[in-house]
Amino acid sequence: MKFPVFPIDQDPGSNFGELLKRVGLSPFAVYANVSQLDIPHATTCVAVRCSGGVVMAGDRRATSGNLISHRTMEKVVQADDFSGVAIAGAAGPAMEMVKLFQLQIEHYEKVEGQPLSLEGKANQLSMFVRNNLPAAMQGLMVVPIFAGYDEHIDQGRLWDYDATGGRYEETDFVATGSGQLHASTVLRVSWRSDIGVNEAIELVSRALWEAADADSATGGPDVLRGIYPVVASITKDGFTRVPDSDLAVIYSAITTGVQQR
Amino acid sequence: MNMPYYVAPEQMMKDRADFARKGIARGKSLVALQYSEGIAIIAENPSNTLRKSSEIYDRIAFAGVGKYNEFDSLRVLGVRSADLKGYQFSREDVDARSLANQYAQIIGQTFTHEVKPLEVEILVAELGMTPVADQLFHIMYDGTVIDEKPFIVIGGDTDTIKTKVAAAFKDNMSLQEACKLARTALSSDERVLTASDLEVTVLQRNGSRRCFKRLAENSLATLLN
Repeated sequence: MKFPVFPIDQDPGSNFGELLKRVGLSPFAVYANVSQLDIPHATTCVAVRCSGGVVMAGDRRATSGNLISHRTMEKVVQADDFSGVAIAGAAGPAMEMVKLFQLQIEHYEKVEGQPLSLEGKANQLSMFVRNNLPAAMQGLMVVPIFAGYDEHIDQGRLWDYDATGGRYEETDFVATGSGQLHASTVLRVSWRSDIGVNEAIELVSRALWEAADADSATGGPDVLRGIYPVVASITKDGFTRVPDSDLAVIYSAITTGVQQR
Repeated sequence: MNMPYYVAPEQMMKDRADFARKGIARGKSLVALQYSEGIAIIAENPSNTLRKSSEIYDRIAFAGVGKYNEFDSLRVLGVRSADLKGYQFSREDVDARSLANQYAQIIGQTFTHEVKPLEVEILVAELGMTPVADQLFHIMYDGTVIDEKPFIVIGGDTDTIKTKVAAAFKDNMSLQEACKLARTALSSDERVLTASDLEVTVLQRNGSRRCFKRLAENSLATLLN
C-alpha cells in the first residue's frame, strides 16, 4: 500500500467516492447491456415513521427470473448508529452501493471529526443512486429507502428514491420493490400518526406478509427453515434489529388470523 | 560559475533535526498508555476543537504533536489509506504496523528531500484482541519508528514526563487512575492541569466494531476529581 497523496487542486477532501475514483477504484462502472442476463434481484422493503423513531423491514428473497436465487438476503442494513438503508433492485450493485454508503458516512465522520446530519446522509445516498443511472438504464436498477432517527428534532425521518437519484422525503411510510403496491396498501390502511414502535413492527410484518402473498418475487416468512424478514427499529437508543423469536410470534398470529378468515 | 557551498551531510542532518526538534518542543506533549480496558491517549490541549488524537479505523487511533496543520494532514492520509485498504480487502486487513511504516516513509522522505522537515511526532496505536496484542508505534520527525509498550510519551520535554509516568505506572489501571497519572505527569510544578486543559481519547475493548471513544470534558472532570 502507498499513501494516497494528491495535489491540493485534486484533493478529494472527505468524499470517499471521489477518493476511489482518484486511485482508480471507481465502483460506478458502466455495465454492458445485462438486461438479458438473469441477475439476482432483491424485492420488497418498507419503512414507517412511529413515535420516537422509524421501523424498517425487508423480505429475504432474491430472484433471478422465475428462480429463487437466495433465501437469506439482508436488504435492510444498518448505515450507522441512527440510520438504516433498505434496498430493492439488482442485488449486486445494490449491495455495493450500501457498502459504499456505509463507508462514506464513516469516512466523512473520521476526516471531518463530526458526523453528517441525517439530511446530509440522505442527500449523499441520492448521489450514489444517480451515479448508478447508466447501469440502471441497462437493467441494473437500484432503488433504496433511507430512514433514521434525527437527534436534532427527536423524530424519525424517511426518504425514498427513484432511479435518477430523485430524493423524496415521506412523512408517514414508504414501500419499494416489486411488492410495493401490496405492502403500501396495508400501510396506508393501518398507519396512524401516533403508532408506537411495537405496533409499527407488527404493521410492517403484516405489510410484507400481504406483499409475499400476492407477489411471487417477495418472500414470506419461511417457518420450515426459520427465516424471517429483517425488521429493525431506529430510535434514540440506536438501531435495533428485532429478533427472529419475536417475529415468529408475530407471524404465527398473522397466520392464525388468515386461517380464521 | 557559482560553486555551491559544501555542507557536510552530518551537519545538514543535524541542522534539520535541530529545526524539527525545536518546532516540536514549542507544542505540548501527550501520553499514551495501556489501561485495564484498552489504550488511553491523554494530551495537553487547551483547544476544544483542534484535536490531537483521533480515530483512524475500527481499532486504530492516531495522535500527533508539533505543528497542527502538518500532523492533521498526516491524520487524513491515514484515514484514507485505512478506508481504502478496508474497502479493497477486508476490515481485518487494516493494521497499525503497515500504517506506521507508511507514515515513516512519508516523514522520512520529507526529512531528507524537502526544503523543510515536518515538525511533528506521531503515535499510531492499535488495540489488540488481548492486551498482549496491543501495539503502540512512535514515529519521529526523521521517520524513525519505535514500538514501545506499555506507554509512550511524545512531544517536547519527554524525559521528565517519561520518568514521572514510569515511576507511577502499574498494569491494569482503571481509566481514572490512568487519567490521573497522565495529568500529574503532564503538569509542571507551577501549573496543575485541569480537565479543560486535557484531551482524552480511548481505544476500548468493549466488543463493538469501532473502539475509539472521546471523553467529554465533564466526564473527564468527574474522573479527575
